[in-house]
Amino acid sequence: MAQIDDFLWTYQNLLASLGVNGLLALSMYVVLAIGQLSLGQAAFMGLGAYASALLTLKLDAPFPAVIAASMLVPAAVALVIGAPTLRLSGVYLALATVSLGEILRVVLVESDLTGGALGLSGIPEKAGLPLIFACLALALVAFTLICRSRIGRAMEAIREDEIAASASGIDLPAYKMAALVASAMLAGLAGALNAHISSFISPNEYGFDAAVTILSFALLGGIGSPFGPVIGAFILTLLPELLRPLHDYRLVVNGLIIVFAVLFMPHGLLVWPIGRIGAKA
Amino acid sequence: MLGQQIINGLVAGSAYALFALGLTLMFGVLGVVNLTYGFYFAVGAYLALLAAGAGAPIALALPLAAILAGLVAVVLDFLLLTRLRRTRAPELASLMVTLGATLFLYSAMSALLGSEIRRFPAGLLDNGAFALGAYRISVGQILIVGTAVLLSLGLVSLMGATRTGLAMRALAENSDASELMGVDTQAIMRRVSFLSGALGGAAGVLIGLEYNAIAPYMGEAMTLKGFAIIILGGLGNIGGALAAGLLVGVLEALTAGYVSSVYKEAVGFLLLVLTLWVRPQGLFGRPGARRA
Amino acid sequence: MTRPLLQISGLSVRFGGLTAVDRLDLTVEAGAIHGLIGPNGAGKTTAFNLIAGAVRRSAGEIRLDGAPVEGLPPYARVRRGLARTFQNIRLFGEMTALENILAGMHTRLKGSLFEILLRPDKTRRVERDAVTEARALLDFVGLAAVARRRAGELSYGDQRRVEIARALAAAPKLLLLDEPAAGMNPAETRALSELLQRVKARGVTVLLVEHDMGLVMRLCDKITVLNFGRKIAEGAPREIRADRQVIEAYLGAESAHALASP
Repeated sequence: MAQIDDFLWTYQNLLASLGVNGLLALSMYVVLAIGQLSLGQAAFMGLGAYASALLTLKLDAPFPAVIAASMLVPAAVALVIGAPTLRLSGVYLALATVSLGEILRVVLVESDLTGGALGLSGIPEKAGLPLIFACLALALVAFTLICRSRIGRAMEAIREDEIAASASGIDLPAYKMAALVASAMLAGLAGALNAHISSFISPNEYGFDAAVTILSFALLGGIGSPFGPVIGAFILTLLPELLRPLHDYRLVVNGLIIVFAVLFMPHGLLVWPIGRIGAKA
Repeated sequence: MLGQQIINGLVAGSAYALFALGLTLMFGVLGVVNLTYGFYFAVGAYLALLAAGAGAPIALALPLAAILAGLVAVVLDFLLLTRLRRTRAPELASLMVTLGATLFLYSAMSALLGSEIRRFPAGLLDNGAFALGAYRISVGQILIVGTAVLLSLGLVSLMGATRTGLAMRALAENSDASELMGVDTQAIMRRVSFLSGALGGAAGVLIGLEYNAIAPYMGEAMTLKGFAIIILGGLGNIGGALAAGLLVGVLEALTAGYVSSVYKEAVGFLLLVLTLWVRPQGLFGRPGARRA
Repeated sequence: MTRPLLQISGLSVRFGGLTAVDRLDLTVEAGAIHGLIGPNGAGKTTAFNLIAGAVRRSAGEIRLDGAPVEGLPPYARVRRGLARTFQNIRLFGEMTALENILAGMHTRLKGSLFEILLRPDKTRRVERDAVTEARALLDFVGLAAVARRRAGELSYGDQRRVEIARALAAAPKLLLLDEPAAGMNPAETRALSELLQRVKARGVTVLLVEHDMGLVMRLCDKITVLNFGRKIAEGAPREIRADRQVIEAYLGAESAHALASP
């Protein structure tokens, strides 16, 4: 019996991380889709995870409110980070989001409220697999619909040429900010779901390596469609589990994926463009 | 206490300034955000460690490490960025490629050399110290500041007074135009890569000496800090990078002394975020710097 | 009966110590093709960018159909009826010609985020109608055949046409063209001239910055000449051709140019 329980437990963890990583990949996708780079996805996730865990543990807040807060807190931080940087060239957002991650890590380690370096444990398991995958499915449907609309086309236009997009009447600042905020909300949601299924969170989970791993999900899958990043996340979550030796070299593999994807396959390794009316036949 | 903290901060800050100088050179002239820069920092520190372990004095180990780090920079720049330059890929592409490469390089480095913290052999530096009123400055600290000042002055005069420097500045302004003007941009780019790699490597040796702790991932944190510093200083602004490096060094020392040594690590980033809010062109940048 | 569409008064911009455009007054009549010319460095491209919103003015007013637009960013000016093309063509190269036009229609397409998420049927209808209109526009510029080709792989002349069609897709009152004939051979230039006449016939007013003097003289109803950031002449092509100041400005610039180059 114990063995079966063990097996189920591992199995559940793997499935949960598939769903959570899928959401994280989508959160990266929204930003990449408008030609920006955020290295703060792990930090947004951490903000969502800690905000939700604290609300549950300290205030015993109702779960829907916890989920809402896990999206609103990172959204507010995204506004603060995005307002000054999105007007400048893309490098500034990338570096400012890196800074966000570092500041968050230091604050989490130092603060007693968040349990310091040990993190928070004993978070009740309120987010089952059905909820996680429902969120992922909902997000995928939403992005597919957006992709096929004038908003998706405007995002692609911004990614290709900001100046021409602006000259076509596309409100650049609003689009960029909306994308960053949506991305932060998704990552925060992923963090909250993850915290409420794995019962334990610590500052180390939201560091620079995690941010880069999330980027490699999206680059492996490509940003031609929202399905690409999710498939990328699935592959990079499953592969190390199937090939144990790969586990120790995860960072190396992620690094190589990023290098090769950008150098040789700028449209992603899995090209699967979403059909928009009027798009490539 | 306060004075001693400031002195220690200026010492670390001068090494930061040197590091930021190479980074801003790379960014300003080559026009790429190259995250492998921190790798040269770590490479420099390890090479000096190896040389010192083999019995070389610091006067030999430091330049040797810097030169080899410069050569590594040339090779990596060639492997990673030639293709992106040719296809005129967007700025963020170079950032992502070098990001991926650093993950690989750091992992490889810790696999080869082990991830534990290493220290320079005892007796590499004279243990003596000078008293300056109530304050102490060690021989090592003087070496650090002296090297940083010397190399910075060297670079500034190179940029200002030589043909290579002129070509570099032309390249920083406009690479297409300078190519048309008959500047061998490839050769200049190689030189800039070498110089910035060597500056990064030298900074790695100096920081390694100051804290006497060398580890493969030391470059990762430093790269991020370096970018915070050059944005503070105004991207591509050499004087700004130097000043911001010193500023961050001092503020870190004061934070470590009066607040907490953990928060010290966040000083640069906090400054960066504040700067972006108040003066996105950097503390010392000209207004209207790099817009989207 | 003419009606002023674009009214510029006292428009100036300074970069550092240089005054690139100096107290420019300019009125473009509705329905006209208005040329803006001048020797190299005269400030015409800067004036163009001021009108399009790519450069921020130091002083002065820009009114479109009576409403001030000088404080608006480029994308907001598109909504007011100002569309532009670029001197170095800027298409969305990875998108098809048709998608480029659809992107140009962005401001006119209906559908908020909520409608897009909750009423996919409606979005599909909007998109289908938009494609019909975009095809008609491509047809108008003579490119119906390449609708589904990647814009980046089209010929230079075709790319220009796609760009003009993309600007027209915003249904502008005023179309701003920045050196549309640059890099074109005589046959392409003739075709462009013919296209612009048809644009005018659609009722779209055109402001044309152009180097090709033949094209400007043939096409424009009125021409404004700039030199050193100032307006030195204005009038019908016939008057401009005879204007002593204009001839001097060009001759001076030409001979200076001749002296400078070996």
